Amino acid sequence: MAQVTLSNVKKVYAGGVEAVKGVSFDIPDGGFCVLVGPSGCGKSTLLRMVAGLETISAGEVAIGERVVNQVEPADRDIAMVFQNYALYPHMSVYDNMAYGLRNRGTPKDEIEKRVAEAARILAIEPFLQRRPRQLSGGQRQRVAMGRAIVRKPQVFLFDEPLSNLDAKLRVQMRVEIKKLQRALGVTAIYVTHDQVEAMTLSDKLVVMNGGQVEQIGVPSEVYRKPASRFVATFIGSPPMNLLPGKVDGPGIVALGEAILQARDLREDLPAGTAVEVGLRPEDVEIASEGAAGSLPFDVDFVEELGATQLFHGRLAEHGFVMQAATGDVAAQPGRLWITVDPDRVHVFDAATGLRLGRA
Amino acid sequence: MVEDRRLGDAIAYTILTIGVLIVAFPVWLTFVASTWDNATIINGQLPLYPGPYLFENYYRILFVGTSGTTREPVIGMMFNSFVMAMAIALGKIFISVLSAYAIVYYRFPFRMAAFWIIFVTLMLPVEVRIFPTFKVVSDLRMLDSYQGLAVPLIASATGTLLFRQFFMTIPDELLEASKIDGAGPFKFFKDTVWPLSLTTIAALFVIQFIYGWNQYLWPLLVTTKDSMQTIVIGIRKMIVTSDALTEWQLAMATAMLAMLPPVLVVIAMQRLFVKGLVETEK
Repeated sequence: MAQVTLSNVKKVYAGGVEAVKGVSFDIPDGGFCVLVGPSGCGKSTLLRMVAGLETISAGEVAIGERVVNQVEPADRDIAMVFQNYALYPHMSVYDNMAYGLRNRGTPKDEIEKRVAEAARILAIEPFLQRRPRQLSGGQRQRVAMGRAIVRKPQVFLFDEPLSNLDAKLRVQMRVEIKKLQRALGVTAIYVTHDQVEAMTLSDKLVVMNGGQVEQIGVPSEVYRKPASRFVATFIGSPPMNLLPGKVDGPGIVALGEAILQARDLREDLPAGTAVEVGLRPEDVEIASEGAAGSLPFDVDFVEELGATQLFHGRLAEHGFVMQAATGDVAAQPGRLWITVDPDRVHVFDAATGLRLGRA
Repeated sequence: MVEDRRLGDAIAYTILTIGVLIVAFPVWLTFVASTWDNATIINGQLPLYPGPYLFENYYRILFVGTSGTTREPVIGMMFNSFVMAMAIALGKIFISVLSAYAIVYYRFPFRMAAFWIIFVTLMLPVEVRIFPTFKVVSDLRMLDSYQGLAVPLIASATGTLLFRQFFMTIPDELLEASKIDGAGPFKFFKDTVWPLSLTTIAALFVIQFIYGWNQYLWPLLVTTKDSMQTIVIGIRKMIVTSDALTEWQLAMATAMLAMLPPVLVVIAMQRLFVKGLVETEK
């Protein structure tokens, strides 16, 4: 077990493409860090650099006290779970798990003990003599996890391990991974493009875009105070509404005719500064018609999600989505009056996309 | 619809049966000829059923030899052919697996150049480069030797190409998982690539064994001693007799014997083929 430190890590490919543009953060011992971002944001490359599968163009990766830039993957004391599991197809489940230990010269009885233990934890004991192809996707996933566990590594690396599973199994495995990581207390780095996985699994969420880190923080903070327009729309489902507006005074923004209070807005901005106002669909509340501070929202159609409903329509001339518990609001097109808690109004610089929050 | 299918089946079976008969009849005739005495064959009265000389003919050809041109017993020729075919098949597999492994998994300068040079040799079979090859073999004093028979035929690109294509279908993640599991290049080859390649190796073995066994031109050039000749050369020498009667029953028996090892190889390897095809999943 160890902390992982990345200092100004860069990856430049032979063609000059900069996949990772200088990333620094650290993961405390036993922490669960999720790297999330859209395809091609450099999150997998970053993980593979920690694993030692990609060379590090510049900067430093340290596991514990040791800088591992020049260390072979096998000697970094890490274990990795791959998206397609990467189980050895010609080996039994037992051999798949034991292979890494055998290569390290672990004594036979110790291997048996560890594999048995991992199989018990993961409930794959009945399959130990089977080949991977005789297993379902979820079982293969467990074997891949088992292969990582038996190694007792300092760090677990997960490269989108759940994306080949069906939705139901994904939720189940997500919970199991989290439980397992807690129980074992091993530092973990987890790459995903699924923001739900990212939110639920992480103690430390790293949102990446275009090879750079957009925001690092605990999930609730990233959700409540997104550092940029990108993070705001990437984290949260359905995504945050963004509406063009202007600063109208300290803590006040204007959306066309309508006026909205924003408590977390920098006070030194001159009135008239172009901004983008972010409102989460789930933060919208229904007000009585024409109530003070309320905004008119013209609903075009309603999507039924079961527990909640999504109202699609227009607010201040722009597309807008609102989420409400089923039954709270009549599910039909028409005009609604809405308000948003001033604490939950996000304001971003129209040009740079950065949050214009108080220090 | 059921009627239609029955009719379709009947037609298919008829065509298949005709095909089998066309292929099998000459083989049958060869077998029958190898069980009669030469007089019957020469008379042009060869029946379509086996005669009484089966054991006599086969014993004679295997261990005694003909009385005409080549007096070597066929057992020696079969041994020569077997050594040559095995050396070619195994040598080719050895070289092509290693070269394909290098080309697919190692990043070295001029990697693609190396691949293309190997690839180009596909266009240069032994027949095209026969004179220089003969010169080299003769200068190396490898005439009338097993090395001389096998080595020049081992060098070819087919196997390298085949294994390259196969290795490229092995997912990169397996290599990466192996790296993390502490397997170096040799271990990855031994523990993962080799077991996954077994079916491909079996396929190449069958093809190359038959290729080696059926060689005619090259053995004709590099072997002059009767004791080094292969069975294919032996058959020809038995048939082409200048001033004596061809001992057809013995030539036919030799032909039957020449057919045997390739057939056995195909049958033996077919099992591995099917097993591999069913089990391989990457």
